[in-house]
Amino acid sequence: MSTYASGFLGGALIGLSVALLMLLNGRIAGISGLVAGLGRDRGLRRWVDGAFVAGLIAGPPVFALATGAWPAMRFVAPLPVLLVAGLLVGFGTRLGSGCTSGHGVAGLARLSARSLAAVLTFLGSGILTVATLRALA
Amino acid sequence: MNAALRLLAALATGLIFGLGLSLSGMLDPARVQGFLDVTGAFDGRQTWDPTLAFVLGGAVSVAGLGYALARRLPRPALAAAFELPTNRRIDRPLIGGAALFGLGWGLSGFCPGPAVAALSTGALPVTVFVTAMLVGMAAHQRFVARA
Repeated sequence: MSTYASGFLGGALIGLSVALLMLLNGRIAGISGLVAGLGRDRGLRRWVDGAFVAGLIAGPPVFALATGAWPAMRFVAPLPVLLVAGLLVGFGTRLGSGCTSGHGVAGLARLSARSLAAVLTFLGSGILTVATLRALA
Repeated sequence: MNAALRLLAALATGLIFGLGLSLSGMLDPARVQGFLDVTGAFDGRQTWDPTLAFVLGGAVSVAGLGYALARRLPRPALAAAFELPTNRRIDRPLIGGAALFGLGWGLSGFCPGPAVAALSTGALPVTVFVTAMLVGMAAHQRFVARA
């Protein structure tokens, strides 16, 4: 299967997950929001969000069992840069109320102008960042 | 009432999300950064990787159908009500937060979904990134959300 076809099918599975979480539990499948909620929520809500995150983490090993190979990963930054990037992603996604899943998939799927503004901003910022990295390299 | 079913639904949808990420190639930071390397399509390096656009296209199409169906239903199958964001303002926290997120995303090739899913690979770079991400989230909760 070509990279683009597996990308589209993988994306369709992500969309299915987003759709089902809304149709069954009435929740937006935004990963940054769900993960942050684990540290804040109490009771059943915390368990339900924890179950989603546990399923998410189980995805790659189940994929490896089914296909015989783990998904490819090539890291692009040394550990100190990953540390800074992690801080930026954690703080930025909370300040901006979402990430690639909550704004990018769920937000665009419900035609939210606020999410579209967020998506264009983080795409623009990401593109500018990589262009700068390439220019400096 | 539906607590057990709701837990099961969350676990199953989380697993589908993680399988989708694995199939899509989006766990690979080099591929994600390759998508953001748009200038690579124009300067002769031929390094731009459009895969992420196909992933987003597939995801938004299917999620859009599901959300269109949800609008016709009185409530979700296992919960009392659909929980939808009410804030429609395009304001400085939204844009500033998204800009900071994009900076970290471009530097690392990681966004929250793939990074959390990839924890199961046990790779040190993933653990470092996710730990820092949790610290960043806690910092927002401590210094901004409660301020």
